[in-house]
Amino acid sequence: MGSITLTNIQKSYGAVHVLHDINLAINEGEFIVFVGPSGCGKSTLLRVIAGLEKVTGGELSINGERVNDVSAADRGLAMVFQSYALYPHMTVRQNLAFGLENAGMPKAEITQRIGEAARMLEIEQYMDRRPGQLSGGQRQRVAIGRAIVRRPTAFLLDEPLSNLDAELRVSTRAEIAALHARLRSTMIYVTHDQVEAMTLANRIVVMRAGRIEQVGTPLDLYNQPANRFVAGFIGAPHMNFIEGALESSNGTHMLRTAQGDVLHLPQSVAPGAPITVGLRPQHISLSNDQSGFAAQVQLVEALGSETVIHASAFGTKLLAIVPGQRRISTGDTIYLSYANAPLHLFDQSGLRIATVQTEDGHSPTFV
Amino acid sequence: MSAAIRFLTRRKGGKGWHWTDIVTWVWLIGGLFIMFGPAVWLAFSSFKTPQGLAEFPPSILPYVTQQVKVEGYEKPLMLYNAKMPDGSTRVLAEVRRIGIVSQMVDPKAPGEVIKVNIGDRQPVREVFFATENYTQPFMQFDFFRYLWNSVFVTVTATLITLIVNSMAAFALSKYEFKGRNLAMLTILATLMVPLSVILVPLYSIISTVGLFNSLWGVILPTVATPTGVFILRQYMLTIPDELIDAARMDKASEWQIYWRIIVPLTAPALAVLAIFSVVWRWNDFLWPLIVLSRRELYTLQVGLSIYAGELNVQWHYILAMTVVTMIPVVVVFIFLQRFITTGIAGSGLK
Repeated sequence: MGSITLTNIQKSYGAVHVLHDINLAINEGEFIVFVGPSGCGKSTLLRVIAGLEKVTGGELSINGERVNDVSAADRGLAMVFQSYALYPHMTVRQNLAFGLENAGMPKAEITQRIGEAARMLEIEQYMDRRPGQLSGGQRQRVAIGRAIVRRPTAFLLDEPLSNLDAELRVSTRAEIAALHARLRSTMIYVTHDQVEAMTLANRIVVMRAGRIEQVGTPLDLYNQPANRFVAGFIGAPHMNFIEGALESSNGTHMLRTAQGDVLHLPQSVAPGAPITVGLRPQHISLSNDQSGFAAQVQLVEALGSETVIHASAFGTKLLAIVPGQRRISTGDTIYLSYANAPLHLFDQSGLRIATVQTEDGHSPTFV
Repeated sequence: MSAAIRFLTRRKGGKGWHWTDIVTWVWLIGGLFIMFGPAVWLAFSSFKTPQGLAEFPPSILPYVTQQVKVEGYEKPLMLYNAKMPDGSTRVLAEVRRIGIVSQMVDPKAPGEVIKVNIGDRQPVREVFFATENYTQPFMQFDFFRYLWNSVFVTVTATLITLIVNSMAAFALSKYEFKGRNLAMLTILATLMVPLSVILVPLYSIISTVGLFNSLWGVILPTVATPTGVFILRQYMLTIPDELIDAARMDKASEWQIYWRIIVPLTAPALAVLAIFSVVWRWNDFLWPLIVLSRRELYTLQVGLSIYAGELNVQWHYILAMTVVTMIPVVVVFIFLQRFITTGIAGSGLK
């Protein structure tokens, strides 16, 4: 139990439309992540599913039953809020018990469920403290615990890691993944952090401006982004985009930028049309000889295991990540190659045309 | 200690005196006298005898003229410092006064009567606290009945005020509904209407519903205070909405959200309002005076006024009982002033 279906869901506040025709089927036991920039409507969508906001159009059903007019309390869902929203005047134990008491559960069962959740989350020693006496990570566990004891149809998590420091975020992320593996309940997770989305999700829903841009597994989204927005949003650092027009001559295909620079393509798609080529920084490599294309280094970030190079080429800024430590400094001219790299082609409106693989040795030089 | 002195004697002018230093000192000392003078005068005067009160020029401390029992005289006689014709001063007891001449005797040798001009004698005075000003009313005056009425009105009105105002504030701060701002504005607007303006209509309402001459008639019109709604609403606005959402997800009814989440979290503001309400209701005079006409229903403030009769005002009792009625309010202020200042700061209200 735990399938959620959204059909043409719309939400507007007066004349402001926040969600436009959202269609999504969430399977039982699935870990779904809503990701998108702030203000894209992902939190609103989560609140709509929770029942905290009324839909203004469309149909929402949980386990096949229409729940548009069912109150938040009766939808059988549990939510973990961004601020955790723990009741500050209650102890951890009371916080966990509050929902169960309201449901009229017998005392013995409440105690048993709380004990179980406390053991699972290792918060047993804090049970008599108040939220104000807990650290951020501990509060986060209590917030999750409050959801777990309810044994909900589905968990709704609204940016649960955004208030934690970087280190704790990584470990808690792993714990949430472990929790999902253990509970096998449906989880809907909202985040603006695409790394969280990539690591946790069974499927990712990328949203922008109240619309779903693409739904798919993390690697689908990474390898075959449906449009330029998804391509730029998924993957860190973001994808490089080079704009230009397609040209074909003598069996070779290339992209000519406004500056006249040329990027060779393994195959042609739609000659003459202005397109955008997307190239991930990780797929750019340094050429040792002077093949490849020249780029002016603007900034070098040495991370130890890899080096991030901010360069300018093709009339635009280009990011490249090369493994290891390199002796490159600002102002240098370097030669970069995109041999063996997937190139993502997008049309003028930003929709995906194709993803093509460059071949070894096909790496072009300036013409 | 030396740090405190350095702090107190700090001046803007450094070693010299800047004019703002002088203004500050004059202002602060003047303020001290204006604020505390009446209170100190009240407290000391409440221990004066009726004669002491009628004295001119008035004194701060309660003085009485010393009396002495002299052999051969039934009543105790007043002692005076009399200036003798030879310039010496003797302590004499006054037997009687005829015109501007006072007949006096030496308490040690009561046989000889000495005539002294009344301008040449000064009463021998000592500080004396007339505690009977306090004890007498407790016996004659129905103090405990009035006290009970006052306590009943204050406690009941405060409890109802807290409940009613917090409910209104909850609705006005956490629910979205049409006309919410209009409702809030209307409530705030009533702050500007003083009691004396609505006295007559309020009186006719109270008498129509049969609450005239009932303590409930004093309590009910005062429980909905715009100030209270405003203080609580401002405080509740600071409670995150996510808490209420979380409670809704936790299957809490709206009533439970109010009672188990909002009320406990609003406790500091409720404390402030409780203090205000206690002070207001305790000090209420005009409205209880109008509603209550049977003596056994009087609150303390109204009861006090009966000492001011048409012909005779028993100031010494009024002063003493005023001090007694002030005590609860002063105690509230001393112990809860921290809450009061935060409440004032939080609401921007008096």
